[in-house]
Amino acid sequence: MNRTTIDLWVGIFVALGLGAIVFLSMKVGNLASFKTEEGYHLDARFDNIGGLKVRAPVKSAGVVVGRVERIRLDPKTYEAVATLRIELAYQFTKDTIASILTSGLLGEQYVGLDSGGDTVMLKDGGLIAKTQSAVVLEKLVGQMMFGKAAEGSDKK
Amino acid sequence: MTLREVKFGYGARPVLREISLSVPRGKVVAIMGGSGCGKTTILRLIGGQLRPKSGDVIVAGRPVAKLDSGGLFQMRRRMGMLFQFGALFTDMTVFDNVAFPLREHTSLPEDMIHDLVVMKLQAVGLRGAADLRPAELSGGMARRVALARTVALDPMLILYDEPFAGLDPISLSIIGDLIRKLNDALGATSIVVTHDITESLKIVDYVYFVSDGRVVAKGTPDEVRVSSVPYVRQFVDGEPDGPVPFHYPAESYRSELLAEQHG
Amino acid sequence: MAEIARILRRLGAGAIDGIWRLGYASRFLAMVLLASAMAFRRFSLTMRELYFAGVLSLVIIGVSGLFVGMVLALQGFETLQNFGAAEAVGVLVATSLVKELGPVVAGLLFASRAGSAITAEIGLMKTTEQLSAMEMMAVNPLARVVAPRFWAGVISMPLLAAIFSVMGVFGGWLVAVKLLGVDNGTFWSQMQAQIDFRLGIVNGIIKSFVFGIAITAIAVYEGYDATPTAEGVASATTRTVVESALAVLAIDFVLTVFMFRGTGL
Repeated sequence: MNRTTIDLWVGIFVALGLGAIVFLSMKVGNLASFKTEEGYHLDARFDNIGGLKVRAPVKSAGVVVGRVERIRLDPKTYEAVATLRIELAYQFTKDTIASILTSGLLGEQYVGLDSGGDTVMLKDGGLIAKTQSAVVLEKLVGQMMFGKAAEGSDKK
Repeated sequence: MTLREVKFGYGARPVLREISLSVPRGKVVAIMGGSGCGKTTILRLIGGQLRPKSGDVIVAGRPVAKLDSGGLFQMRRRMGMLFQFGALFTDMTVFDNVAFPLREHTSLPEDMIHDLVVMKLQAVGLRGAADLRPAELSGGMARRVALARTVALDPMLILYDEPFAGLDPISLSIIGDLIRKLNDALGATSIVVTHDITESLKIVDYVYFVSDGRVVAKGTPDEVRVSSVPYVRQFVDGEPDGPVPFHYPAESYRSELLAEQHG
Repeated sequence: MAEIARILRRLGAGAIDGIWRLGYASRFLAMVLLASAMAFRRFSLTMRELYFAGVLSLVIIGVSGLFVGMVLALQGFETLQNFGAAEAVGVLVATSLVKELGPVVAGLLFASRAGSAITAEIGLMKTTEQLSAMEMMAVNPLARVVAPRFWAGVISMPLLAAIFSVMGVFGGWLVAVKLLGVDNGTFWSQMQAQIDFRLGIVNGIIKSFVFGIAITAIAVYEGYDATPTAEGVASATTRTVVESALAVLAIDFVLTVFMFRGTGL
């Protein structure tokens, strides 16, 4: 085994390895959509954020327009405050509604933005006034049971 | 090269109790003794692989044990050691083995190295085997290649660890011959650790006998042949029993047989 | 009672011996790192070891990856179908591979193939006094023999783990799309949507890198420390495989805990 043959094979090996890493990053992961450009920030307050996590997507009409950057609890009003980073290319009106939705039946939760008809656009640091909290399963079941119980007692 | 009152041991087990010997420049000296008496340990002390518990090991006027790694490096470049079965690098050819010290320690161009290697191989008679691998060599040939590698940098002190072990009669005399010739040709000093009486007495200038961690006898080959020291006599004559006992220490023979009967 | 005392004493002695060995091994590793300059200056030495450790492992890594991916897809498909989530089979295969199975299984295979070979090689060189001879020729065996093998192992592992994962995804694709009829586009888009580069792939690379260091360090240490006899080398080789496997699994747990916490759960 002379030296040039070894060099060739090692070169092939390293190329394959690096290629595998690149392949994994591009096709399997989402490096291509790894956004490094700056966005602007909007805040949204929710009664309950459910299972929303940091870095969850922010979508409008189903298209990803940004990410949840920060989630904290307001110590005075006990509301959840989510800071969203939106791509600079997308502007939203002042009366946009932010809702916490679930993708699929058991999927992860994301923030959906429905733009309104206002002429004024939200700027960096602005607050989305209208929000719809996450649907909490327990409360839903409780409502249903309460409703059923009320129905039952009406019939009596 | 001098060893002065050197003591060495592993933990509680002493290997060398007190060794004093000296080797003048240009001479070939044999260190002899039975197996496991500490002969190889002496070589390792000289080469700086081991440090004595007490005493001095002095080579060319400098104490080996006290050298720092730079000093040890310099010293080893001027030494050569032939290991018991050659210790050739099995992943290289014969040529590359002999070229190894040249490539590592000099920045000579390849064609010069080629010439030097060819010369060394010629001296040991194996120039035609340059492209073989160690696995393809016989014991005697491997030993000779290792010898060529040992003298590649023209050392001033050459150490031999059992160079005659396991060789056929022809190879034995070749090696003995080469040890003497190379020593004289290079103007070097050689120390041969061995227990082969016949071959070594033919070529050495002086002999030391080591037993039980001490020097028990010394002299020129002629003196040794007629020595009256019992240990030397047993060695030279090849007697099975004498100061070095035949029986490994055990309880009495009679009591062991009787015990089996009652057991 | 005396029996228990004796067992405890042996356990204690074993533990102390283990800690002593750990200290000795750490010092050894530090010396290898210090002696690593030659491994990079004369890169052909390391290249040679890269060939023996990396290139020769390609076949077993690739084939194993393929099979693991195919099995994952097969097993996962049935369960996922019960939840009506059959298109997620791509996500299942890719996530399992990239984050866990790729680094871990590739690590175990590497330890068995390349790790044991390195230990045997170094141990054999020690037994035939080649290392001693090198030392006497004023060439540091740590620099010339040990360090190139160490760095070759460290470089090879992440590459091999990535190749394992890619072959696994390919195997999963073969089974899911070609065999079970999952839609090709869905297979890939679901995967891309769910696997985050940082969490999944970078973590996988970090894991395989750490595994590479651990496995190769164990391999060179056991080889260098082996008793210079035939049985000594054989038992050192076995120790390398066993210790590497345990190390990989233990480190995997620790790293996974750290990485898991980082998602803010």
